[in-house]
Amino acid sequence: MTKEVAVLGAGMHPWGKWGRSFVEYGVAAAREALADAGLEWPDIGAIIGADTVRGGYPGYVSGAAFAKALGWQGARVGSVYAACASGAQAIDAGRAQILAGLADVVLVVGADSAPKGFFRPAGGDRPDDPDWLRFRILGATNPVYFGLYARRRMAQHGDTPDDFAQVKVKNSAMGALNPHARYRSRVTAEEVAASAVVADPLRLLDICATSDGGAAVVLSSMEYARRLGQAEPVRIRAVATVTPRYPNTVLDLPDIATDSAGAVEPAGETFRRSIARAAYEEAGVGPEDLSLAEVYDLSTALELQWYEDLGLCGEGEGVKLLRDGATALGGRIPVNVSGGLASFGEAVPAQAIAQVCELTRQLRCVAGDRQVVGARVGITANQGLFGHGSAVIAVR
Amino acid sequence: MVTGWFAGEGDDFRLLGTRCSACASVFFPREDHHCRNPACLGGELVEIPLSRRGRVWSFTDSRYPPPSPYVTDPELPWEPCAFIAVELEAERMVVLGQAAPGITVADLAVGLEVEVVPGVLHEDAETTWTTWHWRPTGVTGVTGVTGVTA
Ligand SMILES: [Zn+2]
Repeated sequence: MTKEVAVLGAGMHPWGKWGRSFVEYGVAAAREALADAGLEWPDIGAIIGADTVRGGYPGYVSGAAFAKALGWQGARVGSVYAACASGAQAIDAGRAQILAGLADVVLVVGADSAPKGFFRPAGGDRPDDPDWLRFRILGATNPVYFGLYARRRMAQHGDTPDDFAQVKVKNSAMGALNPHARYRSRVTAEEVAASAVVADPLRLLDICATSDGGAAVVLSSMEYARRLGQAEPVRIRAVATVTPRYPNTVLDLPDIATDSAGAVEPAGETFRRSIARAAYEEAGVGPEDLSLAEVYDLSTALELQWYEDLGLCGEGEGVKLLRDGATALGGRIPVNVSGGLASFGEAVPAQAIAQVCELTRQLRCVAGDRQVVGARVGITANQGLFGHGSAVIAVR
Repeated sequence: MVTGWFAGEGDDFRLLGTRCSACASVFFPREDHHCRNPACLGGELVEIPLSRRGRVWSFTDSRYPPPSPYVTDPELPWEPCAFIAVELEAERMVVLGQAAPGITVADLAVGLEVEVVPGVLHEDAETTWTTWHWRPTGVTGVTGVTGVTA
């Protein structure tokens, strides 16, 4: 029997460029999640913050920053940094405290005010930092890696730039239905094709923006949920946080080279695939059980890669799945019904939590115009720098 | 800046990695402290030159100037820089690098053979920072200075 925790509440601060402190967004999301759970902040036994490293200084220890802003009340506190996987790993830390019996009810918060333009490493000469090295020696921004993956798909599978654009068309249509999304207008393939090339073959509208935003969830033990009268809450059944296996043979951010497979035969699956497999195994479900998926569409082409890594289709069949309408609202397995990062942009520590907020709304069947009919099982998937990856499976 | 990542001049220019004397794993950028093969108890890490030629795994470019710490001259208009990820057959690994000056994405294709050549990353009045570039084989053109790393 899989151990589960309840999602009692979900809250978000709308994404955008608001120019305020990350603490403000996090507190707004936290208050919304608490209200949604029907709880007060002093009821919370532990708070876990997903850290922001704005400016590169790893001192925005967010658990305590949010706890102080909400009013010190003596809760246990933790802070988690795992780049884009920070939010999911914060959820995992909160879940672990509940399953270990250290806390009955936990608040998990992530928020950021992202700088404009390319993400970049902190200042100073730091030649022992692979993220600093790839910028200093190569000038290889995140979109450069997205461009490499996109071009590789074109060579391997015959994907076209128009296929990539269709991901944006789909996600923007769903984001237009989401009041928390930053971009709420539908985008056409012609508009994608007319936008500037950033990293060949990807254009501006193929790549997600940077944004401000916040998201929070209230998690509890199943027993605590029952005591609150919530007999059938949305439950988290798995959080995968596996690392890659040596040799990691797909060039990943921020690395300049892959591991060599000269001495050790690589495992039969890529890192991204292993993240999904770990989540499926822990939850005791498979891709055929999914009602929806929220995946990191840092670029349009990357979303197609996730289709294959999650096992929604066979390798190289991502475009066919998209073109068949399977991943659109009303399709067999809708992907990024929230609008995805295409509609939200990146607020790094918040976005993996925002994915779980979307699953929660969908599984409660309160997602309004973007509701996936009869949603029962959902997965999120993301990948952070430095070998961090995460996937969350929630059920109703 | 990246001491010991490459050496040599002209046709002798090579990327340098290290190889574990116990399990033969190869590392680039060089690993000088511990073998990263989880099944290896660890051996001496010995410097080795990497293959000079490989095949394009993928490629792209940067149409906007990268942010610092990449060094760009704000006085000059940005010239898109191409990148090539190269599969080295002997080492069974992929190594990313900038394409040689003048090479654009129009000159590239997945599977094309390329070779490593010396190049200039950046120079100011006192210092020239050298680097490696990938260039399709059979193409000759501008090559940078070699040797010293700063
Ligand atoms: Zn070894």
